[in-house]
Amino acid sequence: MATVGDVVKKIRSKNAGPYWLTIDVFCGTEQVYQQMLSILSVDKVAALYQVPVDQIKCFELSTLNVIKFSFPRSTVQGSRFDRDMHGAQMSVLLSELGI
Amino acid sequence: MTTRVLVPSGVLGLGFDHSALAAGVAAKPDIIAIDGGSTDSGPYYLGTSTSKYSRAACKSEWKLLLQARQELQVPLVITSCGTCGTDDMVDWMLEITRELAAELGFKLTVATLYTEQSTEHIKQQLIAGRISPLQPVVAIDEGAIDAIDHIVALAGAEQINAAIDTGADVILAGRATDTAGICALPLARGEHPGASWHAAKVAECGALCSTNPTSGVIAIDVDDEGFSVWPLAASARCTPHSVSAHMLYENADPLTLYEPGGALQVADSHYESVDGVKVRVTGSRWEKSEHYTVKLEGARAVGYQSTLMAILRDAHYVANAAQWSDRLTDFLADEIRSRMQVEENDFDIEIRLIGANAALGELETKSSGASEIGVLVLVTATTEELAEELAKLINPFLLHYPLTDNEELPTFAFPYSPAQTNRGAMYEFCLNHVMKINDPMDVFRLNVQTL
Repeated sequence: MATVGDVVKKIRSKNAGPYWLTIDVFCGTEQVYQQMLSILSVDKVAALYQVPVDQIKCFELSTLNVIKFSFPRSTVQGSRFDRDMHGAQMSVLLSELGI
Repeated sequence: MTTRVLVPSGVLGLGFDHSALAAGVAAKPDIIAIDGGSTDSGPYYLGTSTSKYSRAACKSEWKLLLQARQELQVPLVITSCGTCGTDDMVDWMLEITRELAAELGFKLTVATLYTEQSTEHIKQQLIAGRISPLQPVVAIDEGAIDAIDHIVALAGAEQINAAIDTGADVILAGRATDTAGICALPLARGEHPGASWHAAKVAECGALCSTNPTSGVIAIDVDDEGFSVWPLAASARCTPHSVSAHMLYENADPLTLYEPGGALQVADSHYESVDGVKVRVTGSRWEKSEHYTVKLEGARAVGYQSTLMAILRDAHYVANAAQWSDRLTDFLADEIRSRMQVEENDFDIEIRLIGANAALGELETKSSGASEIGVLVLVTATTEELAEELAKLINPFLLHYPLTDNEELPTFAFPYSPAQTNRGAMYEFCLNHVMKINDPMDVFRLNVQTL
């Protein structure tokens, strides 16, 4: 089965300050952007990252063909239970999502 | 008027292309501005008031920038000195500057801007209702503030301009927003405020907004209508996409950037390629806020940590690593209870299986096909001695603990001796707040010295 990562140009995640994580989905083309808008719902992101739906901010940036999700980190950056100081590996969950 | 800012790199200590810097100097900028810090490497640096980057790396790069400044006779600004921007780290950069001035035979006037806040002052401001939480809300009270090791307030453009206004050759600033040092002079010279802040946001990571991120050096021209941005390395280009996409980077909201005194709005910005290398941006807006606020950062020690590492290579143990880890965790809890006089709340032991789910934990969706598993044991305790004692107690069991009772004792691979590593104090960020101030210089301190 093809994954989101197979069809988009790039997915990256990073801290946005110690308390937030942000994920950028660079779709590459208008066609893939439209396809991803129908697949990558806030509900799906909430389930993958186990965060409440109402805490997720979603930005649809049609001029860049980018979909962006931002939400509070479940563990504050660098706190005892944090596993990824920069949050940069978190994007793989979205990248490996089947379509 | 047009104000030209040269940004040599996203951070001092990371390196930049020397020929690109020379090209930047040849472009005759009005100011050189570089950032020296970030929270991105974690709370340790603010907690301990130390630099992430090596002194030697910072000094070698700072030497090149002082030489560039000498040639141009324009101000050189560094913000967020020494990663965390504490007072100690401003003085650390001052010492480096002093050594280089002597080595190079330069006579320099240096302004130092201090941004660290005392816990007493922050407690007073909290009681006075002048400190408000940002989302997500981190609860604080007077006791929590007392426990903080270092607190910094993030300076904005006004405080950097107060330092520039002293006429200093070099400005060493404590913690500031990533953009403050870059947009300060354009704002002071009356360039378009939205363009000044937007240009600074695009340039704050150096050449990351171009097609060749590692080359570092970037230049911006800000005027009364918009700004242009271009990279200085021969091979690099800025494109409307590379420039507009930079608002996404490490920013929860790609259309709004909150800064001291207002917010940058880029929803209506227009990006246009000028000559294939340079991008022109217009339409960015600056919305002044009702009150002048500065963001606070704080870090405090929350315990001491020792770690152990073992490697499982035996296929049976690799296949059953999670079960083994759960069984070992339960066993260790019993051992510690029966052999050490220690309160349950005084320590925590966590095992992470590298090769299984160490990065994602319970969010992991894949099953491991690894041929070996790294076992990372994190021991956190209230004292350094207790963390080390617990790690030593765990050591032989981590080496030999079996999957079942009725089997020969296994021996796993330890990569080094001693098996435990004492990591010292561990820190946590503990403020996500803004503080209201009447005058931008109210909580900042400025000194001028001649070297």
